[in-house]
Amino acid sequence: MMNELGTIVGQIIITMLSAILVENLVLSRFLGMCPFLGVTQKTSTAAGMGIAVAAVLMIVAALAWIVNVTLLVPNNLEFLQTMSYILIIAAVVQFLETVLRKFIPPLYKALGIYLPLITTNCAVLGIPLINTQRGYDFGMTLVYTLGAGLGFAMALVLFSGVRERMAKSDIPASLQGVSGALFAATLVSMSFFGFQGLFAK
Amino acid sequence: MSTQAEVPFTFVLPKEKAPKPKAIVIAGLIKENPTLKMVLGCCPTLAVTTAAPNGLGLGLATALVLTMSNFVISLLRNVIPDKVRIPSYIVIIAGFVTIIMYVLKAYFPALDKSLGIYIPLIVANCILLARAEMFASKFGPFSSALDGLAMGLGFTIALFSIATVREILGNGTWFGIPMTPHFFSPAVLLILPPGGFLAFGIVMVIMNYLTRGKVGGDVACATCNPENSHCAPDSILGGK
Repeated sequence: MMNELGTIVGQIIITMLSAILVENLVLSRFLGMCPFLGVTQKTSTAAGMGIAVAAVLMIVAALAWIVNVTLLVPNNLEFLQTMSYILIIAAVVQFLETVLRKFIPPLYKALGIYLPLITTNCAVLGIPLINTQRGYDFGMTLVYTLGAGLGFAMALVLFSGVRERMAKSDIPASLQGVSGALFAATLVSMSFFGFQGLFAK
Repeated sequence: MSTQAEVPFTFVLPKEKAPKPKAIVIAGLIKENPTLKMVLGCCPTLAVTTAAPNGLGLGLATALVLTMSNFVISLLRNVIPDKVRIPSYIVIIAGFVTIIMYVLKAYFPALDKSLGIYIPLIVANCILLARAEMFASKFGPFSSALDGLAMGLGFTIALFSIATVREILGNGTWFGIPMTPHFFSPAVLLILPPGGFLAFGIVMVIMNYLTRGKVGGDVACATCNPENSHCAPDSILGGK
């Protein structure tokens, strides 16, 4: 009994850590590049976007799992997965926007502007698709999604630190803006690459 | 919704008449190349360009979806209510992506396997929504289909060239055929994730240098930027 519990806890920790570090959403899977390059000029915005994405991811992944298992799979409608997931995302985003604006205005003020951008964020669509592809059960879906969201937020915050420093330095005109950011991202991604092979597959 | 005026890079052409076919093609391939000039759809650009066939395959798949979705959206442009246009566009795009996904699964299983999750993710590619909003919602179906094809091919060219560089330098092969002399040891970094950023960065610096200006300005994905977004604020499912 204790042993079994140990294995489960171990599995949860490994899935979580590998989602954050080894399979980092942005730096090794290239999902969610738009916010990674677009809203990382300032650490505060990067953190806001990161938290908003992580929160929406959790809700979307859970709903997507439920819809997939209760509606799509029993009726042989797997071909509707992509379409239903993107509609879930659009609906969740709209719902959150309305609810937050009405009931929790301070939170809406902080995260509201990031919410609409999430609909076309490929990370938010990518994670439910990966969960389905890997056949995770509900618990593992939540664990992996939480890890992926945290990894996303972490990458954004780390990278915004790099870019804040870059903004103050004197770099050639051709390297300013996105192109310079891509070189910085190369280095950040390379450092994350060190985590590869941290856990035996 | 006064979004059209805020779009930073539309055609500077009369509103009622669609641009000439030649202008559409040149805009899609070179002048407004979606990847290299407008920096849209960066996720697949970085993720699938590890080998030339992958870049070509995803580029062509996206081009096909874009051509068809632009055509259909343009046909429906007077029917779809303004308030729900973004969700409607997304559903149309998702439908075509699903078709392409199953066609690839049936006829090109190897390509399907190496592209994996990035095929369904075409739905979330900013290029599709951007073209629907900027072009297909304003002009006729045939111009829109041509615009979709030109933009899609522009995207394909960018993906294919980045993938070619990465595969030759990173793996020493092109379409799996050995290309480099035996004493050249491939720079494996280029086909690993950091190499994606590096190769894209180098291409963009060259573009910047040649065009003597900043490409894409300070935003990676203009459509995903809060200030000038038209695929985002107050448009999802009807908005404010």
